[in-house]
Amino acid sequence: MSATLRDRVQATGGREGTVPKIASASAATRAQGSGQDRIILENVSKFYGEVLGVNRVNLSIPPGVTGLVGPNGSGKTTLMNLITGLIHPTEGRVSVLGISPTQPEELFRRVGYCTQFDSFPKGVTGFSFVYNTLRLHGLDDRESVRLAHEALQRVGMTEPALRKVAGYSKGMRQRIRLAQAICHHPSVLILDEPLNGLDPMARAESLELFQALGREGLHVIISSHILHELDKMSDQVILMSSGYVVAEGQIHAVRTEVKEHPMQILIRCSDPNLLASRVFAQDHVVEAKLNEDGRGVLVRTRDADAFYLLLNQLVVKDKISLETVAPADDDVNSVYQYLIGSENKTI
Amino acid sequence: MTRLAELRTTLAEQPWELWTRQIAAVLRMDLRKNFLSRRGIWIYLLAFAPVAIITLHVIFTFGHSEAMYRGSGNLMRGDTEILAGIFQFFYLRLGIFFGCLGIFTWLFRGEIIEKSLHYYFLAPVKREVLLLGKFVGGLVTSVTLFGLGVFASFAMMYLRFGEAGQYYVFNGPGLGQLLAYLGVTLLACIGYGAIFLALSLLFKNPIIPAILVLGWETLTPVLPSIVQRFSITYYLKQLCPVSIPGEGILALFTVVSQPVGTVAAVLGPIVLAALVLLLACKLVRKLEVSYVAE
Repeated sequence: MSATLRDRVQATGGREGTVPKIASASAATRAQGSGQDRIILENVSKFYGEVLGVNRVNLSIPPGVTGLVGPNGSGKTTLMNLITGLIHPTEGRVSVLGISPTQPEELFRRVGYCTQFDSFPKGVTGFSFVYNTLRLHGLDDRESVRLAHEALQRVGMTEPALRKVAGYSKGMRQRIRLAQAICHHPSVLILDEPLNGLDPMARAESLELFQALGREGLHVIISSHILHELDKMSDQVILMSSGYVVAEGQIHAVRTEVKEHPMQILIRCSDPNLLASRVFAQDHVVEAKLNEDGRGVLVRTRDADAFYLLLNQLVVKDKISLETVAPADDDVNSVYQYLIGSENKTI
Repeated sequence: MTRLAELRTTLAEQPWELWTRQIAAVLRMDLRKNFLSRRGIWIYLLAFAPVAIITLHVIFTFGHSEAMYRGSGNLMRGDTEILAGIFQFFYLRLGIFFGCLGIFTWLFRGEIIEKSLHYYFLAPVKREVLLLGKFVGGLVTSVTLFGLGVFASFAMMYLRFGEAGQYYVFNGPGLGQLLAYLGVTLLACIGYGAIFLALSLLFKNPIIPAILVLGWETLTPVLPSIVQRFSITYYLKQLCPVSIPGEGILALFTVVSQPVGTVAAVLGPIVLAALVLLLACKLVRKLEVSYVAE
């Protein structure tokens, strides 16, 4: 029965046709390339009995900050658990920097995972929680103490470290889990909703930390509901819905591929009326709307590159002086709304 | 010979030192939980209930024992048989069995219920090494508790006989019997521990399979001798230093119809445990962290 369901879902390609699938088709091919610096998922499916976790996922994730976006139940945590070997794929293959997740003794020397599970071993203090992890790595007492202090300092938990975790606030528990994930200086950091429960200050600090880690060349994979924050720090995004990867890649490239929704570009210039009339004559421009303040024009175009080329020409020819040119919907939030938002109103 | 050399090379290449450190780390974390957990109070009761009963017996008969001993040479022999009965009927059949059930099934199942297993799984520890570390932690806990219980029962039983008791222990068969009881306790913990650890990885609720194991351990004496060899108590009964005269149904628990040699009886539970642990290693490699399903 279970196999029948899987066959049916896989044979039909699940939700293909309802949402655009942009990049995953070519991922398997790319996955053949350099696997030593990438996280690769090849045709990975995970079923919990009859329930679909993720289906036919093909990804090749390069270093940098990758945002994992999708509504509740879309398969984000399942994907992270598959990458870290906490669960095993029903089908397909996962490789993290060339290491299989079935080899935790190798994998977790290079991977840190901050899970969403908000539970801790009974009676532990913040310090002993991180320290014990390092002892499990096989490090001696001195090195474990040093690295534990370093990680606690990095997440701003030095002062309450000797208190029991049971008495921590949600944000403190979140940060102590983060300390545990980064304490051994991993090359891959996987963070499942790491900003949940953090106050604005801690959130800003964490964002800064993730970006810094990304700049250091780490793979940082972050799932979050807070899209504008994810937008700020992510080099690329993976959009998931109902167990499928809907889109993946650099945000701009993904946005460009969403042809159903013309790109919105806001231009502030010396003569918006003239600009609006000029651009509206173009086939690829579907709308040119003047701003209420009369100093700008919002253009919706099916071909952003062609529009930018046209804009250059107009500036020279009509002597329009430009103040700003900015894409108005070239961000994670818009991409999310276009690809998933109409089906899942809440995330 | 070549295969042997290959095996030796493979073994030499393994990171034994790292594994030892990792097992020590698991032990450090688990022993505290095993010994200090509130839910383990009943295991303390199981281990020390006979001690309390024997202590009461000693208190109420204090001052009479030596005279009684002189008056009746059978009294110490009688108490020795009572101690043997307590060991075979209570400790082996109930105390150690259920104590190990509580300790070893909780090693992984408890972590799953408390949603903390992933902290072990997110460390660079081979699952087999983790399993071994947890098993050793359970073993240290169970052997300490039940070993102390048996030791204290033994000490209390012979304390009442004063000098005669001391003579029996240090110049007679007493010390040998004590060591044999402790050895059997160790073997029982190894055997039952391995079985319950594996059951906890196979079943979400290992209580019903554990009851089946209890039934199996109880009924195997009436089964063919080859089948009996798959029972832990088959070997342990033979190693008990004092035989209890079995009558009627009680003979089921004390008499061994076709005993094996002492070495085989010692190796039997160890080999059984090793086989079960090998199965447990396979199970733990496949174990997934999916707390929602629990």
